[in-house]
Amino acid sequence: MEPVLTTHVRKPNSFTLDFYVKNARGYEGLRKAVTLKPNDIIEQVKASGLRGRGGAGFPTGLKWQFVLKDTPKPKYIACNADESEPGTFKDHVLMERNPHLLIEGCAIGCYAIGAKVAYIYIRGEFYHVQETLERAIDEAYRAGFLGKNIFGSGFDCDVYVHRGAGAYEAGEETALIESLEGKRAQPRIKPPFPAVAGLYQCPTAVNNVETLCNVPPIVLNGPEWFASLGPEKNGGPKLYCISGHVKRPGVYEASMHTTLRELIYGEQFAQGMLGERKFKAIIPGGSSVPLLLDQHLDTPASFDHIQKAGSLLGSAGLIVLDDSVCMVWLAMNLLHFYRHESCGKCTPCREGGDWLYKLLQRVERGEGQTKDIDLLFGVASNIVGKTLCAFGDAAATPVLTTLNLFRHEFEAHIREGRCTLPAEWRGRQPALAH
Amino acid sequence: MSFHPQMEYAPARFHKSERKLAEAGEPFTYTPENQAKFNENVARYPPDQRKSAILFALYLAQQQQGYITGAAMRYVATQIDCTPAEVEDVVSYYTLFYTKPVGKYVLNVCRTLSCALLGAERVTEQLCEKLGIHPGENTADGEFTLIEVECLGACDRAPVVMVNDDWHERLSPDQASAFVDDIRKRGRAAFTGCHLHVEKK
Repeated sequence: MEPVLTTHVRKPNSFTLDFYVKNARGYEGLRKAVTLKPNDIIEQVKASGLRGRGGAGFPTGLKWQFVLKDTPKPKYIACNADESEPGTFKDHVLMERNPHLLIEGCAIGCYAIGAKVAYIYIRGEFYHVQETLERAIDEAYRAGFLGKNIFGSGFDCDVYVHRGAGAYEAGEETALIESLEGKRAQPRIKPPFPAVAGLYQCPTAVNNVETLCNVPPIVLNGPEWFASLGPEKNGGPKLYCISGHVKRPGVYEASMHTTLRELIYGEQFAQGMLGERKFKAIIPGGSSVPLLLDQHLDTPASFDHIQKAGSLLGSAGLIVLDDSVCMVWLAMNLLHFYRHESCGKCTPCREGGDWLYKLLQRVERGEGQTKDIDLLFGVASNIVGKTLCAFGDAAATPVLTTLNLFRHEFEAHIREGRCTLPAEWRGRQPALAH
Repeated sequence: MSFHPQMEYAPARFHKSERKLAEAGEPFTYTPENQAKFNENVARYPPDQRKSAILFALYLAQQQQGYITGAAMRYVATQIDCTPAEVEDVVSYYTLFYTKPVGKYVLNVCRTLSCALLGAERVTEQLCEKLGIHPGENTADGEFTLIEVECLGACDRAPVVMVNDDWHERLSPDQASAFVDDIRKRGRAAFTGCHLHVEKK
């Protein structure tokens, strides 16, 4: 498949307005959009089958349709550029190298749902990206693609960047809104959903960066073209972030027909395992999803196929693991993350994450007891489904999936009182874990 | 007490009686430039939603004096029309705000999975050894602070270190010690920056 979103990202000055207008049909999507009825754009996005690229894979057209229409309140677009899921770094590339595509997507989104303001909530660690993005927004204002009366259509649109300050939880849509309002990034009780009462209690659409970047090509080339790029209900280009034990980690754009095996071993993708070591497992969608094994590698990396295989595509952050990885250590590393990032609002997640981490630490050190396996399973199962947002499920997943697939490693740790990987492999593992 | 029969209640956990108030610090006001920046930023939000600018306001305070004191929080509260407690609530939640003095270079080493698979914990170990401090501490000369952070979102260039607002990518454990020397010698020029800046090459 020809890249759509990342065609020019490696070329010098691809982030400038000049380049975007000359080489990528820049702002033609917006020019066309403002001549259409807002509802037609929503219909087109629905027909294209575009699904949210942030993790849940919810159809974007529906999300926009749900935004309350008959209300005197202003409406908003909140673009989720918080990208903090471990293993995910696709929005980084888009914002750094193709920021005008995102700005155009925000403007079309605003037009479609009847909003006048879009806030791009960018994570605090992306300061260098924010500079590029703000420069691009200034250029767009000067050229008349943002501001008042865009293309003489009477449509006004402002796009602002809002810098976060280091909170994974701010990637959850209602927590993002709380953070935009100047509070702690903690999720709200749903319903009401943001489409009804979001930012400042006004109707709000929260969309991922990659999702909004897909909107201008849909408006330009039509929904049929978009849907034809991938399997049924999984249309369009997809950015895959491949990291871990591979030769050429990075962001690759492909259709969702592409299998996991192609992504790991393909010449134009990650080019195989680092040091020709043996493949052990893969996390296919950021750290919050279950592991997949060897036998799943021929699964196409689409939302539906991965789900059928027993995992989730999530944010398409593929973390590839070779046979030197200790699965107890892996779960411990991820639980350290979730323990640290839990916002503390719901007790099962706040306390349970801490317990899980301590238990895993005990097992990994070789101080575990046989009953700890049941205890891990019990604590993790009691987090799932008992929290306000998906964070709780995400925190329990690394424990449950490693216990399901690699229970023997936990048992061996407890039996032998140490990490059971060969000594020379342990040497490659991070030191503090052993 | 414990709510679970087999786990002790975390002794290191926050308890009200152990709560440490933020250092009051010197009286604080924005410099005229920062005041102008703040006024420009707060205009991006609806007039009755000045609180949305709180993160920006706190960043400005932190840039101005290196960390956020009690006086700075009170000042920010007057700027956005809320109580100092609400400001402290926000400061204590977000990891990028410091309530204690930090070194000139804050080394944020990513420790989450993709970086850890390629040796991030060894990088931290080497840096600790070189600087003679533990994660979370400052060096005696006030040059460096070492912090272990969670995923920075550059997993393809692991292990990643964020130094203040700059990035340094692919820092292998055996380069860690030389990296510190390099920063001492060349300052910001020692960082690789983000690999996506193709124009610089």
